[in-house]
Amino acid sequence: MPTQVIMPQLGESVVEGTLTRWLKKEGEPVAELEDLLEVTTDKVASEIPSPASGILLQVLVEEGKTVLAHTILAWIGQPGEEIPAAPRPQPAGHAAPAALPSSSPAAAPAADLGFISPIVMRLAKEYAVDLTQVKGSGEKGRITKRDVMAYVEKRQPLAPVQAAWETPADGDLFRPTELVFAQPASAPVPAPAPVSVLPAQPAASAAPAVGDTLIPLSPVRRAIAEHMVLSKHTSPHVTTVMEADMSRVSAHREANKAAFAKEGVHLTFTAYFMAAIVAGLKAQPLANASWSADGILVHHAINLGMATDLGEGGLIVPVIRSAGDLSLLGLARAVNDLSSRARSKRLLPDETKGGTFTLTNHGTGGSLFATPIITQPQAGILGAGRIQKRAVVINDAIAIRPMVYLSFTFDHRILDGAAADHFLAKVAETLQNWV
Amino acid sequence: MDPSPDQKLDMYRLMLLARRLDERAWVLHRQGKIAFHISGIGHEAAQVGAAFAIRRGSDWVTPYYRDLALMLALGMTPAEFLMGLMGKRDEPNSGGRQMPSHWSLRRANAVSHSAPVATQSVHAAGIGLAIKLRGDDKVVLTTIGEGSTSQGEWYEAVNWAAVHRLPVIFIVQNNQYAISVRAEKQMAVQSAADKACGLGLPGIMVDGTDVFAVHRAVKDAVDNARAGNGATVIETRMYRITPHSSDDDDRTYRSREEVEENKRRDPLLLARARLQEEGLLSESQYDEMDTQIKASIEEAVKQAEAAPYPAGEEALHPVYAEEVRHA
Amino acid sequence: MPEMTLIEAIRQAQDEELARDPNVFITGEDVGVRGGVFRATMGLYDKYGPNRLIDSPLAEDSIVGVGIGAALYGMRPILEIQFADFIHPALNQIISEAAKMCYRSNGEWTVPLVIRAPYGGGIGGGLYHSQSVEALFAHVPGLKVVIPSTPYDAKGLLKAAVRDPNPIIFLEPKKGYRLIKGEVPEGEYVVPIGPARISRPGRDLSLFAYGMMHHYALQAAQKLESEGIDVEVVDLRTLYPVDKETILNSVRKTSRALIVHEDNLTGGYGAEIAAIIADEAFTDLDAPVRRLAGPDVPAVPFSHPMQDWFMVNPEKIAAAARKLAQW
Repeated sequence: MPTQVIMPQLGESVVEGTLTRWLKKEGEPVAELEDLLEVTTDKVASEIPSPASGILLQVLVEEGKTVLAHTILAWIGQPGEEIPAAPRPQPAGHAAPAALPSSSPAAAPAADLGFISPIVMRLAKEYAVDLTQVKGSGEKGRITKRDVMAYVEKRQPLAPVQAAWETPADGDLFRPTELVFAQPASAPVPAPAPVSVLPAQPAASAAPAVGDTLIPLSPVRRAIAEHMVLSKHTSPHVTTVMEADMSRVSAHREANKAAFAKEGVHLTFTAYFMAAIVAGLKAQPLANASWSADGILVHHAINLGMATDLGEGGLIVPVIRSAGDLSLLGLARAVNDLSSRARSKRLLPDETKGGTFTLTNHGTGGSLFATPIITQPQAGILGAGRIQKRAVVINDAIAIRPMVYLSFTFDHRILDGAAADHFLAKVAETLQNWV
Repeated sequence: MDPSPDQKLDMYRLMLLARRLDERAWVLHRQGKIAFHISGIGHEAAQVGAAFAIRRGSDWVTPYYRDLALMLALGMTPAEFLMGLMGKRDEPNSGGRQMPSHWSLRRANAVSHSAPVATQSVHAAGIGLAIKLRGDDKVVLTTIGEGSTSQGEWYEAVNWAAVHRLPVIFIVQNNQYAISVRAEKQMAVQSAADKACGLGLPGIMVDGTDVFAVHRAVKDAVDNARAGNGATVIETRMYRITPHSSDDDDRTYRSREEVEENKRRDPLLLARARLQEEGLLSESQYDEMDTQIKASIEEAVKQAEAAPYPAGEEALHPVYAEEVRHA
Repeated sequence: MPEMTLIEAIRQAQDEELARDPNVFITGEDVGVRGGVFRATMGLYDKYGPNRLIDSPLAEDSIVGVGIGAALYGMRPILEIQFADFIHPALNQIISEAAKMCYRSNGEWTVPLVIRAPYGGGIGGGLYHSQSVEALFAHVPGLKVVIPSTPYDAKGLLKAAVRDPNPIIFLEPKKGYRLIKGEVPEGEYVVPIGPARISRPGRDLSLFAYGMMHHYALQAAQKLESEGIDVEVVDLRTLYPVDKETILNSVRKTSRALIVHEDNLTGGYGAEIAAIIADEAFTDLDAPVRRLAGPDVPAVPFSHPMQDWFMVNPEKIAAAARKLAQW
């Protein structure tokens, strides 16, 4: 393969150079670093050493010509070597612009309503309001947002369906998880036990029967058990569930998988869930907080734990630090890195500390929704269920969409139902409207 | 204390490495392989002499852009320097964010500096203040060109060091040109060392082409600073043998005769003659050293060329400390 | 809860941070024996001594540059610029150095420091003791710009600033130093840098302000309440990085936005808020986004009639808000 001789960029602001003299002729041998040509620019004049040893096969630019930096000036190679075909020259001049589409005449307003502001336009559409029926109270009789809303309220006493998080918290959604999901016959909720974790003698222990096996407690099993019990004793857990249409995320992932792979990154759905959580936490910083005796400590940094199943090795939660500052690529890279090192047991001790929120991807096992337990002292944990094609109703038509249930367990001391659903709605919305 | 024979050979080896690497950078530039180079040819004695007078890795340094030999003496590898020239991802100064030779080497306590000159002098005063407040047994060495001592920031820095008796060594590398402007248009005094007196500090002038003389002068200043006696300004005088940078054509403001005349005072010639006189470096030992250095540079060039560029979107980070991801 | 003035809250925050972390020190003009010209460090020299409260030479650029050096070494400096009007010599160190250090070294070096500066007019200070400088710094990635308006926030935000690993520009509305009183809990708490605060919820119009103008905005809202206009007041508190979410949520609710600052109009901070609203909440708007700001003259004049004419006040805010509410 012959070597190119290019016009060097002889200075930061220099964009072109004049080839003053060839020191070798076509067909002559030249050694690497031997001076080959002279170049002048408005800043410097210099001899240019040859980039390779061989024969000066072909000279493309004549003496006296001024060309842009990085222009190919010549080829050096072995006798008889073929010179790669030059890229097709760009057509001279600019292509004639395509004819502009003829603009369709704007629909003439039925009546002169004055200026219609963006919000009035939007509300009129949302509530199907005929604006000619609304009396304006603004400057020069302009119809204001308040005018539209007053008209809507008068026309139809029922307010339109509000977003779930704006409704008062009285549904099943806002009752403690245990009450919602437990069997109807379950015992009344016992008074909270003192926080002595894992008592040696549990209140009701099963008596061993013939054929039963006793699995001794490994340190990992014991640690997990202690944390789970402690967490349930510490935070009043409430779980709320929403669903999201994953069409756009799936499409985005398909479109970008290859590009990410080029960066050495395997693009998983987990990265999208992480990104959506970040958006949710930014919209609802209270979900990125901890309870303390002095008050609710709202964390500035978003450090996301990712519950990682190690099979028999139990469960570990490595933490992506400052996840709020990472791009999707950054998140995907961190997810890859931490999960592979978690599985090969190469995490550093600090990498499982300092989390401010946790994601558990229970859907990988086929689970649809769950009531995950909070990693203390965080305010919440988000469970992502299995992504499953389901029939959903969109614009009164039935469509098949990849859907996911998002289960959000939160600490009811820190968040109330409305605030929690604000967070979860933002997560769902981010996934659903992924751009 | 004078350097041992082994240290003297080490000093010379670093000077020769800096010279050969600098020459290689010019070739890379003329081959169109890099966009910019700023040369330290002629400054090797002053930089290596000063580096050997501090506790490298423990003491602090705030350098300036002509300090290739100083940075090599502090432990930067040729491949790291070359990656910096090429804007490669893993170059240690800035991960490809800054132009070449805008140094930073955290592991050697060499602080990142910018292009506006004399900004680093003030940082040195601040590091000196911190050393003093903590009571640490350290000094800070800062370097600058003579033209930059015209900046108010340089005076402010020297003044802080003088008022608070801070352990700072201010080295001025007077190569007689600030791009095209000669030193006599920068200052009405004979030497930057003269400026120190007006601010209440000792000012020392030393031949910047004599590595051992510089070493001795800086060592005295460092000992003084460690003893709690405050800062010193040292002017090391040499001649800038190359143009200011690869963007500059020095034929527009100085004669070839002047440059040729000054090449006779090349610090490498002087050091080599001294080592020869002392029987430390024979002709054949020199040849062996030079061959070995050139080979190691070619190896480093290959390594740097093979190293990856940063991805475009890495340009977004890290603006704030929270975004820093420690490996 | 004890009630205290803005300046007392600032002093208490510094006192507690000096006690908490031995790396914290304060330098600036007159901060030592005198306790600062506004008495922000009153009593601290006697309590912590000359190594924690350091009277600097009278040179703002090196106050910041020395602070940067100390921060690089691991200290947590609080730097007092006597008046925000005097900060301009230090722009080189703030913009070229502090703001870019983390980025340009690819995160190898960070600069945790706080630059406190009293700003704003209406105190008979003329051109050079009245300026508002926030727009300059809110344009510089790498800095965080914080302006507290209440004693509670002043203490909590200043403590957060001292602990933040980045350079913070902490601008204090000096007219409010002794005028503004509020409840401040004893002891430890921080107010996070970033979130804005809705200080008065309302339905008809959003009023965005900070510093002294936040108090004037509350007074204007009070007045408009009696006229049946329900104004929401948002105290921005952190100007950079800005809390878009709170701003947008407020506008989505009220559909009308008025931004108030005493700094002059053109290229001022309000333009950024207006742009964010236009860009991200356009379909929620029921009226144009308006700004009320100082006139486009170089700075606040001294003579009282001219000063009063220059300054934004509660009456001007009420008039602008009334007009916008009726649009």
